[in-house]
Amino acid sequence: MRHEAQRVAPSRRNLLKSAGALVVSIGSPVPLDFARAAEDAVISGAKPPLKPDRLSSYIAVNADGTVSAFYGKIDGGQGLHIAIAQMVAEELDVPFKAVKVVIGDTGTSVNQGGASGATGVQNGGKQLRAAAAEARRVLVELGAEKLGVPAERLTVDNGVVHTGTEMAKSVSYVELIGGRYFNVALAWNGKIGNPLYAPGKAKPKDPKDYKIVGQPIKREDVAPLVFARRDFTSDIKVPGMAHARMIRPGVAGAVPVNVDENSIKHIPGARVVWNQGLLGVVADKEWDAIKAARELKVTWSNASPPFPDQASLYDHIRKAPVRKREVAEQIGNVDEAFKNAARVIEAEYEWPFQSHASLGPACAVVDIKGDEVTLWTGSQKPHFTRDGVAAILGLPVEKVRAIWVPGPGSYGRNDAGDAAMDAALLAKAVGRPVRVQYTREQGTGWDPKGPASIHRVRAAIDAAGKVVAYEFGSKAFPRVDVNSNESKPHDTLAGQLTGVALQSGDGFGAPEDSYGFANKRAYWETVAPLLDRGSPLRTSHLRDPLGPQIHFASESFMDEVAVALNLDPVAFRLQYVTDPRDIAVIKAVAEKSGWQSRVSPRKDQSGAKVSGSKVSGRGISYVQRHPTRVAMVADVEVDRSTGKIWVRKFTVAHDCGQIINPDGLRQVIEGNVVQSISRTLWEEVKFSNKTVTSVDWMSYPILDITEAPETIDIVLIDRPEIEPTGAGEPATRPVAAAIANAVFDATGVRIRRAPFSPDNVKAALS
Amino acid sequence: MDDKFSLDVDGKTHTVTADPDTPLLYVLRDDLGLNNPHFGCGLAQCGTCTVQLDGQPIRSCTTPVSAVGAAKITTLAGLGTPDKPHPLQTAYIEEQVPQCGYCINGWLLTAAAFLRDNKKPTEAQIKDALSGLKCRCGTHLAILRAVKRAAAMMG
Repeated sequence: MRHEAQRVAPSRRNLLKSAGALVVSIGSPVPLDFARAAEDAVISGAKPPLKPDRLSSYIAVNADGTVSAFYGKIDGGQGLHIAIAQMVAEELDVPFKAVKVVIGDTGTSVNQGGASGATGVQNGGKQLRAAAAEARRVLVELGAEKLGVPAERLTVDNGVVHTGTEMAKSVSYVELIGGRYFNVALAWNGKIGNPLYAPGKAKPKDPKDYKIVGQPIKREDVAPLVFARRDFTSDIKVPGMAHARMIRPGVAGAVPVNVDENSIKHIPGARVVWNQGLLGVVADKEWDAIKAARELKVTWSNASPPFPDQASLYDHIRKAPVRKREVAEQIGNVDEAFKNAARVIEAEYEWPFQSHASLGPACAVVDIKGDEVTLWTGSQKPHFTRDGVAAILGLPVEKVRAIWVPGPGSYGRNDAGDAAMDAALLAKAVGRPVRVQYTREQGTGWDPKGPASIHRVRAAIDAAGKVVAYEFGSKAFPRVDVNSNESKPHDTLAGQLTGVALQSGDGFGAPEDSYGFANKRAYWETVAPLLDRGSPLRTSHLRDPLGPQIHFASESFMDEVAVALNLDPVAFRLQYVTDPRDIAVIKAVAEKSGWQSRVSPRKDQSGAKVSGSKVSGRGISYVQRHPTRVAMVADVEVDRSTGKIWVRKFTVAHDCGQIINPDGLRQVIEGNVVQSISRTLWEEVKFSNKTVTSVDWMSYPILDITEAPETIDIVLIDRPEIEPTGAGEPATRPVAAAIANAVFDATGVRIRRAPFSPDNVKAALS
Repeated sequence: MDDKFSLDVDGKTHTVTADPDTPLLYVLRDDLGLNNPHFGCGLAQCGTCTVQLDGQPIRSCTTPVSAVGAAKITTLAGLGTPDKPHPLQTAYIEEQVPQCGYCINGWLLTAAAFLRDNKKPTEAQIKDALSGLKCRCGTHLAILRAVKRAAAMMG
C-alpha cells in the first residue's frame, strides 16, 4: 500500500555542500548567483515546519524522482488513495506511479479532518490538487530560470520541464528540487479539519486536458492483502508491549466498587488497572490477558439505567421532552396551506439504533517514552485522536504522534478512538507499551451508535390534486452524544469513565432534495441521551449520519403521496423535482432499470396470478447529498409466508460531479448499497433494561452472502466541469426507501419501521 | 500448565510452549508472529481467523492448540505467493474485491477448499459454501465475481 513512512532523505544541498560543490545544475545558462537566489526563495534543505500554510506539508519531490503526497485524511479501504494520487499526478504532470500518498500520520500530514462526511476527494483531494498545481507552477518557474526560457514557453512531461522543441532545454523535477523541500507559502483559510483549504497562486488544470484523472486505475494494495503481507492496527507489535483487555459493566452505568486482584494472581504477569469507572487488565501474553479479564472478580455498584423496553423505544421518543427544536427549512406559509388543504396525507416512520459493528473490534497500541507518546490507531480521524490522547495524558499535542494503520473497516465514529484513549491510560498506569484489543461483545455492544428516530411527515393536497405543502419532522436521539472524533476526553468512554461528564451535542437534520413544493417546512427535535455518561447507547456518526433514517422517511412518503394521487412514482418525482441534475439521475435510473410506468401496488399479483408465496415489485428513491445526487431502483422479491425480502437487483444513477476514477467509484457505490441493504433488512441494536444485548453476529445479524443481490447496475454521470463531490456515503441513504417502495409495489403493504426483518415484515403483512 | 506443541504451518515446523487451551489463533499470531489470521469475534461467527487444517477450513479462534495434533496448518500466506498465486488470489486482484480486507482469510481459505472439491459450481452452490462468513464493507458481489472467476480458471 502507498502508506509509507516519510522518507528521511538527507538534504541534497547539504550533500552537495559537503562534497565541496555548490552547483545544483551544471551548465546552467543563468548566472549562478541569480539561480541560487531564486532557488533559495522557494527551496529549503531542511523541512519547513508542518503547518497548513506550507506547500511542503502536502507535496515533496524526493531524490529518487518519486513524489510524496501528504494526506491528512485516511483511506478506509475504498481506494481513495488512488484517486488522490491521480489528482496529484495530473496536476504535477508526473506518472501516476511516481506518486506515493502518505496517509494519516500526524508526523507527516496536517489535520485535514480524517475520513469524514464523504469529503475525501471533495475537500481533501481539492487541497492536494491545489497544492500539486502550485508545486508545478513553482517548478516551472525554477525551470525557466535554469533554462533561460520564459515559463510560458515551458511544458512538463513525466516530471521533466522542457520547451517541447529543443531537447537540450530540459530539466527534471529531481534536478530542480529532488530531496529538498518547497519553501512556499500557501493562502491558508485558517481552518483545520474538513474545511482546511490552502491554495497557491496556480490554477489547477482545465479538465479537458486531463490524462490521468478519469482513468480506471486499479488499487495496488489488494495484492498485499490477498498474499497476507499487509498489517492492520491489531498487527502492530512494540518491544515490551503488554496485552490488555477492558472490562465493562454488565449493567450500563455501574462502576467497580471492589476489584479482587487475588482472583487473577495465578495468571502470569496479570495486573489490574482500575481508575474510577475504567477497569482493565494487562498481561505479557494475550491469552493470559483474556483469561484475566474473564476471571477477575469485580463487585459493581448498583445501577438501573433508564432504558425503556425495546418494544416501547419509539413511544419513549414520542413522549420524551423536547430538548432542542430547530426549523431547518421554511418556505411559504405551511400552516395556512394545511388549513386550506382539500386533503392531507400523513405518515410516521421509525428507525432503530444501529451499530458500526466493524468486522474486528477495535485495537490500539500506545507507547509512552518519557513525555513522548506514539499511538497506533485505526481511528479514521487520527489527528483528532492525537489531540484526545494528549489531553487525557495532560501533555502538549506536539508530544503525541498518532499513526493511522488500517483497521477492520470504519464507517464513522466506531470504537477505534475509544480504544486509543483506553490504551493511553493503561500505558501510563503500567509504565510500558500497551495494546488494547476490544472483544466482539465490546465492539458491537459498546461502540457509539447511530441514533434511533421517528419521523412525522405530511403533505397538503389541493382540490386539483396538487401538492401545495409539505412538512417533515424528526424527533430523535441527537446526531452526536459524543462528537464524531475523539479530540476531547468528554467524547470518549475513557474520559467519561474517569469522571468527565458527557456533553451531548444537540442536533439532527433534514431531507436533502429539490421538491419544489410552494410551502415547505423541515424541523427536528432532539430528546435527551438515556445516560449521562458511559452509555452503550451513546450516539455518534455512522455512515452517512442521519441519511438513511431521514430519507427512508422522506422518500417512502413521496411514494405514499404518489400512490394517494394515483401517480406513477417516477412521474410524480419528475413533476415536482426542480434541480436539473436531480432530474437527470431520476431519468437515468428509470431508463437503465427498465422502469414500467404504473401506479403501485402491482395489480397482477393476487389470486391465481401468483404461484407460491413470492411476489415481486420495484421501487424508486432519489436524494441529494451535499451536493452529490443519487437515484435508485430496487427490484425485490417478498416471500409472504416467511416475511423474507430478497433484493434481487439494484439500479443506481450517481452524479458526484467530476469522476476521478470510474472503477473505484463503482466499487464504492456497490459497497454503500450492499451495506445499506444490510442496515435496512437486518440491523437493529437490541437492549434490555440493563444494557445493550446486541453483542455478536447472532444478536446483531448482517446481510449474508446468500442474501446478496444478483446484480447492481450502476450508471455514472460524469460532469468534468463540476468539482468532484463525495461518493463514500451518498449511495447509502436512498436504499431503505427504494426497498420499502418496492415492497409496497409487491405487496400493497407499507413498511414504516426498520429493519425489514422477516419477523417485522411478516407482522406487517398479516 | 504449559505444554510443548509441534506445529506444521505453511510447510514449516515450529515448536511452541503454550497453555493447551490457548486458541490456535493466538499461538499463530503471538508466538509464531503470523499476523494474517485476524481476531474478529472469538466465537467462530465471522471467519476472519480462518486457517485450513489438512485442507479443511477451521476457525482458529475457537480451536485449542492442543486439538491440532499433526494436522498441517495452511494460512492465507501459505495458499499462494505473488510468484505462484492461487487462482483465487489472482481473481481477487483482478476483481479488486476487498475494501478494508479484514475478512479476507475466511473467504479465500473457505472458497479454496470448496473449489478444490467442487469443479464448475453453480452460483447457488458457491453462495451456500460461503454462507455465514462475514463482510461488513458490503463487498459481497465482488467476492462472488472473484470466486466465479477463480472457478473458471480452475476448470
